[in-house]
Amino acid sequence: MTVMSFLGAIGAAQREAMDADERVIIFGEDVEANVYGTTGGGKTRSDKGDFVQMYGRNRIRNTPISEESMVGAAAGAAMTGLRPIVDLSYSSFLYMAMDQFVNQVAKNRYMFGGQASMPVVFRSAMFYGLNTGAHHSDRPYPMFMNVPGLKIIVPSTPTDAKGLLRTAIDSDDPVLTFEACILWGAKEDVPDEEFWIPLGEARTAREGTDVTVVAISSSVPEALAAAEALAASEGVSVEVIDPRTLVPLDRDAILRSVHKTGRLVVAEPAHRTCGAAAEISAHIAEEAFGVLKAPIVRVTAPDMQIPFSPSLEKQMYPTRHTIEAAIRRVLDLPASSEASQHAAATA
Amino acid sequence: MGTLTNETLLEMQRRMLRIRAFDERASKMVKRGHIPGTVHTSIGQEAQVVGATMALRDGDYMSGNHRSHGHPIGKGSPLGPLMAELVGKATGVCKGKGGSLHLADFAVGSLGESGIVGSSIPIAMGAALSASVRGTDQVALAFFGDGAANQGVLYESMNLSGVWKLPVIFLCENNQYALSTPAHTVTSGVIADRAAGFGMPGVRVEEGQDVLAVHDAVSEAVARARAGEGPTLIEVVTYRYNEHSEGLRLGTDYRPADEREAWLKKDPIQLFREHLQGIGIAPAELDALEAEVLAEVDDAVAFTDASPYPEPSVAFDDLYTDTEYAA
Repeated sequence: MTVMSFLGAIGAAQREAMDADERVIIFGEDVEANVYGTTGGGKTRSDKGDFVQMYGRNRIRNTPISEESMVGAAAGAAMTGLRPIVDLSYSSFLYMAMDQFVNQVAKNRYMFGGQASMPVVFRSAMFYGLNTGAHHSDRPYPMFMNVPGLKIIVPSTPTDAKGLLRTAIDSDDPVLTFEACILWGAKEDVPDEEFWIPLGEARTAREGTDVTVVAISSSVPEALAAAEALAASEGVSVEVIDPRTLVPLDRDAILRSVHKTGRLVVAEPAHRTCGAAAEISAHIAEEAFGVLKAPIVRVTAPDMQIPFSPSLEKQMYPTRHTIEAAIRRVLDLPASSEASQHAAATA
Repeated sequence: MGTLTNETLLEMQRRMLRIRAFDERASKMVKRGHIPGTVHTSIGQEAQVVGATMALRDGDYMSGNHRSHGHPIGKGSPLGPLMAELVGKATGVCKGKGGSLHLADFAVGSLGESGIVGSSIPIAMGAALSASVRGTDQVALAFFGDGAANQGVLYESMNLSGVWKLPVIFLCENNQYALSTPAHTVTSGVIADRAAGFGMPGVRVEEGQDVLAVHDAVSEAVARARAGEGPTLIEVVTYRYNEHSEGLRLGTDYRPADEREAWLKKDPIQLFREHLQGIGIAPAELDALEAEVLAEVDDAVAFTDASPYPEPSVAFDDLYTDTEYAA
């Protein structure tokens, strides 16, 4: 085990995949200079672990700021023998390449009757919560969940980031990974050896019996904090489930948990309408209505653009307080003064 | 390049005839309701298609557009699975899931047609990147039209492939109309001249109905690509005889009345037949070739007719390699 940050874990997965398979290449904006800290081991080109030094410019390639052609090129390369990892930096840059994602990456295997596969990974960071304004704060994974043919991962811990990314790189299907920047600094012990976490297997982040909270991306640590607070103050037992991958989604794990607890809160940083929380809620309403002891409650960002000012932005995403308020609601507990104060802004 | 053998010249004529006969039959089948959906024919553009595809080798790649029956045929695909695909049969080259707009035959390097204008251009570039990284001497060719020549992704792709010196040929099939819109009314300057801005050769083939002129230009670009000298933009001037798509009836005649007549006088198949006779190929041999090709198309239709439609479950596979469809 080594203590790794979220970004360090991503870098480790990329290095292991590059070592294991020469068909793996990385390209994107600023990958040679290791600007985001996932394509190198040091601060200078001569430091040990620098990807350009280790793998050469044939496999580590800077690109121009041309997302549409980068994504299309990755698709063409993936259909003809490579396994590219494309670093698109900010997730809102994906929109520049929407045609390639929707019409080529997602459709080609199906449209052409399975003649070729699309082993490619598109990495992007969600810079929300960091006062970067409306163009850089997007959490767009639900949009892509609406495109059959893409697989989508949203890791919330360094261990999951490493294991899921490695599986994504080794997968023969296109995978989009959405990495929350506010988790970048998170650190934990991560296995040194190679390991793979299957796509479509949820992780039970905390076991409980009274209520299920399905939490996504940066909402996972917030949900865990809410669970601890409620255990201490009310003696409530909260189960927290991190789906980790949204396509495929581990619907059975969520269903099993709701059968156990009879109550569901879903928390995610994306917008409310047609979000992952909406899909999970609908699934449980269809499949487990009879076991529900209370209406499902979603905790999401509102259907609103993200403002710049820190004083405005901080109210936009699920927090431990808004999640706690939702849990109290499904358990019919009185609102705590602190939680309800924080929750009022996003109700 | 060098001198082409008579065998190769006859193969060029055979493939042009195949495209013509295939698309003429497809046009009839659309009108009779035998082919569902929409179909865009390459009739009139055969020299441009075959001149390009026969400048490629086995193992080379190409991507196409909505008007792309000719591309896999030009690269050597058998006609039966292509025709079956147009009808939506289980034996179609894409199992009936692509149709006319999404033919692909990976066995001959055809990485697929795109119904979105310009969208397949970076796909060919990616195949060229793959060849380059893997260290093979394969090349890739992107077919696109004058309409796609005004899509931004073309210029992103020209820039990136120029920087990386990728073995790719950007081949603009300028049939002079984007549906009803004359290219000159929406295109500033000359398409081939745009290559200069990216530091790559730009070639305009004015005699796009001459299969040998196209073949020469593309062969030169392919040789450059294989030698590691990077991409080329080629613009071939050509003309489609039929409407934008079969069955389309536009309210306004957007093409001058005598324009089609003028182009019919330099029909690529007739021109090349005269050339072949001029170098001593017997007319009887050329007649026999035409009859053979018509029989091939008859066989393709018979194969299609004898083929079943796909099972309903086929609609739910091939999306992912390993994940079942979740309702």
